[in-house]
Amino acid sequence: MRSLIEEGVDYIFGYPGGAIMPIYDSLMDYSDKLKHILTRHEQGAVHAAEGFARVSGRVGVCMATSGPGATNLITGIADAFIDSTPLVCITGQVISPLLGTDAFQETDVLGISMPVTKWNYLVTKAEEIPWAIAQAFFIARTGRPGPVLLDITKDAQFGELDFEYKKCTSLRSYIPKPKFEHSKISEAAALINSAKRPYVLFGQGVILGNAEQEFKKFIEKSGIPAAWTILGVAALKTGHPQNMGMLGMHGNYATNIMINKCDVLIAVGMRFDDRVTGKLSEFATQAKIIHLEIDQSEIDKNVKADIAVLGDVKDTLPILTEEIKSRDHTAWIEEFKKLDKIEYEKVIKNDFYPKKDGITMSEVINRINEKTKGEAIIITDVGQHQMFASRYARMNKTRSFVTSGGLGTMGFGLPAAHGAKIGAPDREVILFVGDGGIQMTIQELGTINQTNAAVKIVLMNNNYLGMVRQWQQLFFDKRYSETYLKNPNFVKIAEGFGIKGKIVLERTQLDAALNEMLNSKEAFLLDVSIEKEHNVFPMVPTGASVSDIILEPLK
Amino acid sequence: MKESYTITAFSENHIGLLNRITIIFTRRQVNIESLTVSQSAIDGIHKFTIVVDEKEEKVKKVVTQIEKQVEVLKAFYHPDKDIVHQEIALYKVPTEELLKSNTLEQTIRQYNARILEVMPEYTVIEKTGHKAETQELFERLSQYGVKQFTRSGRVAVTKLNEELLTKYLDEVEADEKAMKNS
Repeated sequence: MRSLIEEGVDYIFGYPGGAIMPIYDSLMDYSDKLKHILTRHEQGAVHAAEGFARVSGRVGVCMATSGPGATNLITGIADAFIDSTPLVCITGQVISPLLGTDAFQETDVLGISMPVTKWNYLVTKAEEIPWAIAQAFFIARTGRPGPVLLDITKDAQFGELDFEYKKCTSLRSYIPKPKFEHSKISEAAALINSAKRPYVLFGQGVILGNAEQEFKKFIEKSGIPAAWTILGVAALKTGHPQNMGMLGMHGNYATNIMINKCDVLIAVGMRFDDRVTGKLSEFATQAKIIHLEIDQSEIDKNVKADIAVLGDVKDTLPILTEEIKSRDHTAWIEEFKKLDKIEYEKVIKNDFYPKKDGITMSEVINRINEKTKGEAIIITDVGQHQMFASRYARMNKTRSFVTSGGLGTMGFGLPAAHGAKIGAPDREVILFVGDGGIQMTIQELGTINQTNAAVKIVLMNNNYLGMVRQWQQLFFDKRYSETYLKNPNFVKIAEGFGIKGKIVLERTQLDAALNEMLNSKEAFLLDVSIEKEHNVFPMVPTGASVSDIILEPLK
Repeated sequence: MKESYTITAFSENHIGLLNRITIIFTRRQVNIESLTVSQSAIDGIHKFTIVVDEKEEKVKKVVTQIEKQVEVLKAFYHPDKDIVHQEIALYKVPTEELLKSNTLEQTIRQYNARILEVMPEYTVIEKTGHKAETQELFERLSQYGVKQFTRSGRVAVTKLNEELLTKYLDEVEADEKAMKNS
């Protein structure tokens, strides 16, 4: 406990159990400094810790007991690993003499978590605890952040020690920030200066490096149009004139098309995920590629870089900005805007102002944009609503969008939103969630009720697993295999958990209901009936090139 | 084109690290041909020597993933021509075959192998060399009935004049000094 306080921890999300009882017992003695939030399931704890970490930029902490408690954390740890979210997960373990004996609630947590943690360690002696916690926090938050797991045996938890805490500041085998080569930056600057149609793709690396200001300066001096990956959103304000929109399978039309039209592609803190690149062999083959990245293993992993600038973008971007010429690329940006018009006519207009009676997810998001003016933190679950939210939600500030990007974890939304509200209590936190995803972790309404966190839940209810249904419609001949959901009365469920709620069935009710939700000082669930067969477009079909992005279903 | 590469990784000597390294291979469906872990020339640093048959591009990616492990200091890879490597093989054959005629003895001489132990029932023969050489001897000995055969993983040193790890450690130290001074 004292080690956690030394690391500045004030919130822990967790769930007690046999093998972690000594830690929970001492928690009572430190309750003035360490607030524990009792979730309803360990998965809720780890996703909440993720939400907390993502909005606050601090390390999220979660705790669980051995065996099933620990295995219930794994999905969230895998999620945090692929999305570079700093977490310290503490699990209880059976007493050390029982290790490897199939004791009650014993699982090889170290082994199970190994592929999805940045580092993990089994603590068997009390005197190792301060050292291990110091190292865990150091590893979790530095370099490319990630989840760390400490498995602490019950006898180590009981053990006594002379407490002395030393923060970890370096490890012989670990270099969080690789040294950058100035000459590479100069090469990159020269290439950017000679480019006619340069294009910037940015990812979460900008946010993780706290380099939003440095990035903005680079963008503004260079005059280059920029597009973001789903986790990079909000690193640059939505309305910025050079922010061209979202990349990827359901990104914008222009942002995808221009990948194969630009002459220099500058990737900043992003990892060329397959959902962004589409068919790799037809990705920006005409362009020279510059890759600014902190993680050596990401360079040339998917897309070969002509110039790789290894290092923290916080350090490398200012030098690059210094060495590039101030330029104006208005004509090139106009080409994006021409395509934007096509997308607006074919897709966005119908998303925002549908001709059918059914409400679309997009119009709900758009109405919220009008009301919150981009000041809210948006959390999503996974599926159609996630794509609509990332496409249409407007954000003025960094760390305003939390979603499960790499892993696509359904059930992430509700607990993550709760953690986000704890991590950013002064900001409005709005969760967009589907009727499928909310039911995966719906028990966390109980946690929200207990903490009184004012999470605003917008349930996009179309009685379907919408994204899977969309794929079935487009690629499986409308064979809707197991995607229809007979749903409960969500408002009654919320009420049962002590949370106010309202159902919106028709467009005419929407505005007043949204106002009621946003004006509420407490948590609120708005169950919005959504048009069933509305699809997310544009779309880069799986395995297709980004140039083959479609705006409507192929005939 | 797939080729034989030797990956060397230098690490802390901690429980579980071997597992962390091998899952990198498993996940990418790269088969490990041989693996040896031992102390390196530097106190407290352990050395993994891993042999794979793979395309260079894939080997490169695996090496960066190994190096990414928090407890790994540095990893390298080398094609066979850049290293001196060796394996050791032990063969257990019936002693009566040795006594029956001198052909077995001649084979042992011819292959530069040596006898480690002679017991009434069996004789243990040792040969060091490249895999092809120890394999050839195994095939030659098969006619006598090899009761047991075992081959070690590859051990290897580079043909470079400068030691890659030492050079790396020196660089890190120099960087740290520069950081402190600035």
